Amino acid sequence: MTLLPKQPLVEFDAVEFGYDVRQVLTQVSLRVMPGEVVAVMGASGGGKTTTLRLIGGQIRATAGRVCFDGRDVGAMRHAELYAARRRMGMLFQMGALFTDQTVFENVAFALREHTPLPESMIRDLALMKLNAVGLRGARDLYPAQLSGGMARRVALARAIALDPALVMYDEPFAGLDPISLGISARLIRTLNDALGLTSIVVSHDVDETFAIADRVFILGNGTLIADGTPAELRASADPLVHQFVRGEPDGPVSFHYPAAPLQTDFLGTQAGRR
Amino acid sequence: MSVVLGFLASIGFGTRRLLANLGYGLRLFLRLLALLPGALRRPQLIAQQVFFLGNYSLSIIAVSGLFVGFVLGLQGYYTLSRYGAANSLGLLVALSLVRELGPVVTALLFAGRAGTSLTAEIGLMKAGEQISAMEMMAVDPIARILAPRFVGGLITMPFLAAVFSAVGIVGGYVVGVLMIGVDSGAFWSQMQGGVDVFKDVGNGVVKSLVFGVAVTFVALYQGWRAQPTPEGVSRATTRTVVVASLAVLGLDFMLTALMFST
Repeated sequence: MTLLPKQPLVEFDAVEFGYDVRQVLTQVSLRVMPGEVVAVMGASGGGKTTTLRLIGGQIRATAGRVCFDGRDVGAMRHAELYAARRRMGMLFQMGALFTDQTVFENVAFALREHTPLPESMIRDLALMKLNAVGLRGARDLYPAQLSGGMARRVALARAIALDPALVMYDEPFAGLDPISLGISARLIRTLNDALGLTSIVVSHDVDETFAIADRVFILGNGTLIADGTPAELRASADPLVHQFVRGEPDGPVSFHYPAAPLQTDFLGTQAGRR
Repeated sequence: MSVVLGFLASIGFGTRRLLANLGYGLRLFLRLLALLPGALRRPQLIAQQVFFLGNYSLSIIAVSGLFVGFVLGLQGYYTLSRYGAANSLGLLVALSLVRELGPVVTALLFAGRAGTSLTAEIGLMKAGEQISAMEMMAVDPIARILAPRFVGGLITMPFLAAVFSAVGIVGGYVVGVLMIGVDSGAFWSQMQGGVDVFKDVGNGVVKSLVFGVAVTFVALYQGWRAQPTPEGVSRATTRTVVVASLAVLGLDFMLTALMFST
């Protein structure tokens, strides 16, 4: 008996995307296999969040194919797209919790909308998800009463409420204190392994992300410039990867926004200054 | 030459944007109508909105109705007494309120009180990525957020207009009968004899229903299309008051011409 090769859960095939005149992604091809924790990294405005929005079908590729579980997301009809989204969880950068609902109601929201389960079972399921992120005791709080780290953990509990196949994290570490950051990173890895998920993490934070990711994709100028395991990328001789991994100010990516020569601004005539 | 071309281009751009917005608005309106039966199957969501929109608007509507009734009683008496018709004060106050002022002033106040809060709420939900989060949870935000609010506004408006008119009549009674001394029996009997349930009260209810649709839809549309920034939400809220008020006044003229022309 031969084992069939695993099919990628998410696949980008020569994907392009742009807003009006600005091209965001150019010829991006990548694969995410089931069970992996994959990181998408790169400079701000480099198209990282766009990749998540393409997978979720909130925007559609202008060229190429974005496939989820073998099906082209861009070609899905409304009902098919919503069926696919039930198998995805998304953690937004600031949590995006419903501010008029308690922590418990936020986590129970998708269960109430999509399942005919009785209220007692919804309660147990929501509390189990909250317990997994350590916030069972915060069930009656409103989002305004939570810290940034707690809000994102609640959002994570909400994202895994329907036991999705894929969880996408948009900047899960941004603005967190070191303790919350460490907790969040470990939680992503632990939940991925314990629940049999596949995770895509969009992040800037090299150390925390490299510590939990199986593979890392680095986007630069809208193209995929590197991919590999964290160890491979740390050892990479590519100057762009080297600069990104070590956070060096000088390298292929310039610290300065394009500007006129220094002489023009500081040593030129008064008339030339602005 | 380039100035002329620029001018023509700006006209073309403006026209195209206007048509695009109208088209989007029409599609959203039709979508909301199509979602009405589904929304009615979740009465709890609608009840929440009726409470939110109606209960919080009730005090401003009642107080405004009372003062409008006071003024109608006073002005009506001054004018009618010139012709020796002060006993018809009750009829004048009631007809003014149920035909015109009840629906129109209620709709204008509703736009300012409830419409703005609807726009700001939805605009801020958008800015906080709550709408995107809902979409990613495979829940249609138009069905879950907009439709119950639309139905809630539709139900609330006629009741608020009724409260406005009822309190206004009491205000007219207080000033006309209790303070000035118009005969109480004449006040009520003229009103009873002269106000037709279908032609006057019924048409007033129809007006308030139409205004409810207009104001609630404008508020929802502006919130839905708001730029997800503090400035964008602020501009959308202002537009709700301006557009909804003008829509109410324009619709009122058309409805009055249709209803009371004979």
